[in-house]
Amino acid sequence: MSNYVINHLRELESEAIFVIREIAAQFENPVLLFSGGKDSILLTHLAKKAFYPAKIPFPLIHVDTGHNFPETIAFRDSLVDKLGVQLIVGSVQESIDKGRVKEETGADASRNALQIISLLDTIEEYKVDAAMGGARRDEEKARAKERFFSHRDEFGQWDPKNQRPELWNLFNGRKNYGEHFRVFPISNWTEMDVWEYIKLENIDLPSLYFSHQRDCVVRDGVILANSEFIKLKPGEEVVNMTIRYRTCGDMPITGAVKSEADDITKIIEEIATTRITERGGRADDKRAETAMEDRKKQGYF
Amino acid sequence: MKYQDIELLRFTTAGSVDDGKSTLIGRLLYDSKSIFQDQLDAVEKSSKNKGFDYVDLSLLTDGLKSEREQGITIDVAYRYFATPKRKFIVADTPGHIQYTRNMVTGASTANLAIILIDARKGMLEQTHRHSFIASLLRIPHAIVCINKMDLVDYSEDVFNKIVADFKAFATRLSISDIQFIPISALLGDNVVNPSENMDWFKGSTLMYHLETVHISSDYNHIDCRFPIQSVIRPQTHEHRDFRGFAGRIDGGVFKVGDKVKSLPSGFVSTVKTIELNGEAITEAFAPMSITMTLADEIDNSRGDMIVRENNVPEVGQDLKVLVTWMSTTPLQARTKLVVKHTTNECLAVVKELNYKIDINTLHRIEEIQEVAMNEIAKISIRTSKPIFYDAYKKNRQTGSIIIIDEQTNETIGAGMII
Repeated sequence: MSNYVINHLRELESEAIFVIREIAAQFENPVLLFSGGKDSILLTHLAKKAFYPAKIPFPLIHVDTGHNFPETIAFRDSLVDKLGVQLIVGSVQESIDKGRVKEETGADASRNALQIISLLDTIEEYKVDAAMGGARRDEEKARAKERFFSHRDEFGQWDPKNQRPELWNLFNGRKNYGEHFRVFPISNWTEMDVWEYIKLENIDLPSLYFSHQRDCVVRDGVILANSEFIKLKPGEEVVNMTIRYRTCGDMPITGAVKSEADDITKIIEEIATTRITERGGRADDKRAETAMEDRKKQGYF
Repeated sequence: MKYQDIELLRFTTAGSVDDGKSTLIGRLLYDSKSIFQDQLDAVEKSSKNKGFDYVDLSLLTDGLKSEREQGITIDVAYRYFATPKRKFIVADTPGHIQYTRNMVTGASTANLAIILIDARKGMLEQTHRHSFIASLLRIPHAIVCINKMDLVDYSEDVFNKIVADFKAFATRLSISDIQFIPISALLGDNVVNPSENMDWFKGSTLMYHLETVHISSDYNHIDCRFPIQSVIRPQTHEHRDFRGFAGRIDGGVFKVGDKVKSLPSGFVSTVKTIELNGEAITEAFAPMSITMTLADEIDNSRGDMIVRENNVPEVGQDLKVLVTWMSTTPLQARTKLVVKHTTNECLAVVKELNYKIDINTLHRIEEIQEVAMNEIAKISIRTSKPIFYDAYKKNRQTGSIIIIDEQTNETIGAGMII
């Protein structure tokens, strides 16, 4: 008898595809939250596989903060075009214009927190009952306890003390009117798994992930791209650096790393020897030790 | 490429309060170099703030605010690390009695359980409970770690006494593979690196066991079970007649050309193609997610199951179930419930509460009126339609159910079919 084993990447892939298919089967209006980052690109790739040769049977939602990297937007549009899938854009600028949210001021102003309102507005507008995202449990302490199927009350809030237990591969997506779920099919993947899989499957990524030259500002040890969205503080200067991104959030808050890695193999080598976690470069997590948990309770991804 | 060909091992850790569980996980992460500099900096800072003169590795795994304040783990937290040999997913579950539900949750997907015993205290009631749950959930492998050996002068006698006690107790369990290792999670003895303080121990380290335990036969590769998740019908010009059944294989090996039977219809057909994410393959087995097409047009839908013609599961509406109750509202006879089993969902009614099991002594408590939160009981239920199941001991996927409250939609119970 031959040895019936699959390797860890194929097992993670199989698990994620199972979860994505459950979402499509258990919910009426599921969507995929597309941030333009590598994790949501991976998720879109898995969704394509899950329903092949049919098209992905749900739309992608992108919450556009207005502070996105132009590369992210260009990549998003070409991907959507290639897959023939519907794209819904929720706009933070629109929420600001409508007076739904108030923009932070000052040099460290960020639209990260404002995304929550735009996201919840979009979810309500489209009567979304399941929003799947590319969050992983290894990213941050608060996410280590997140479920695959994460229940949100009618205010979109997460209650970490009252989560539904998840057993075997039986996912409970039942809910009351007005409530919705966040679902995380790649919960069990690590950053290394994501990169190994991207390489294995030859998945296209935005150019931001690869080494390039860029004008940057170093603020509190974080390398930020110089852009129209960033106000220089006294003593700060713009320096041209060779960098790449490990995550793709908003331009004013996403930290780059100095890197010469210009292809996937070099990126994997770099990660294998790196000593800083992925979110270590996110200025939004540094505000307080429990920053992520606080934002999650309010309805952040 | 070597990294891509490693296996995935899921394990759960169980221990009593202060057994050093979080420290052990922290140690595995630390010694396998899975901790990044910024995480370590944060933990060093917190340790210093608390006035410790050592780096408290348990802080690496204690996630939520409230538990940082109380210094205890209150929910299942998942951790990840990898060595060149394997990738690991750790379900870190709390040891309090009121959190049996979390331990059952963590155990449900595990290949292996680490059971921690404090060398100074020996077997406790909680050790019985953790071992019983691992056995009940049919975790195939267990490693009993006798921890804090540094506090008993690395005594071989202490170790041997606890091993003997555990073995005497374990005769009542159904875990086939049990290993014993003396360790110090705090100092690192026998966790990743062999101990220099315990020459008398001839076994291997915890990490060695985790990396080498044989897990490829943990899935049932004999009895073919393929529950249908959804039907894929592209209805495009290119794939006009494509009708594929999507799902994850729960048991056995399906091959192209196999004669198969569809439940509940009973129609027989042949496997025409098996596609793994768009690529045609010739055979598939658990836990692969695939799309299968059949040679004949059969009207299957979600909740149906494809099996081999001459190897069918049990089909029925009357189930005997060992249930772990997870709701603050006790379970009573004649209650109506929603049951989820494979990709099926149906109503069910509790016909009878047969007995409870005292999870410390494994004794039966007969003639019961209700089952309270964190209690384990044997119950009889009747489902509103026939389901296709195996005994849990034969197949952990087709033998398990979850129980949902029809009103609140909460998951209130976990059941293993006898």
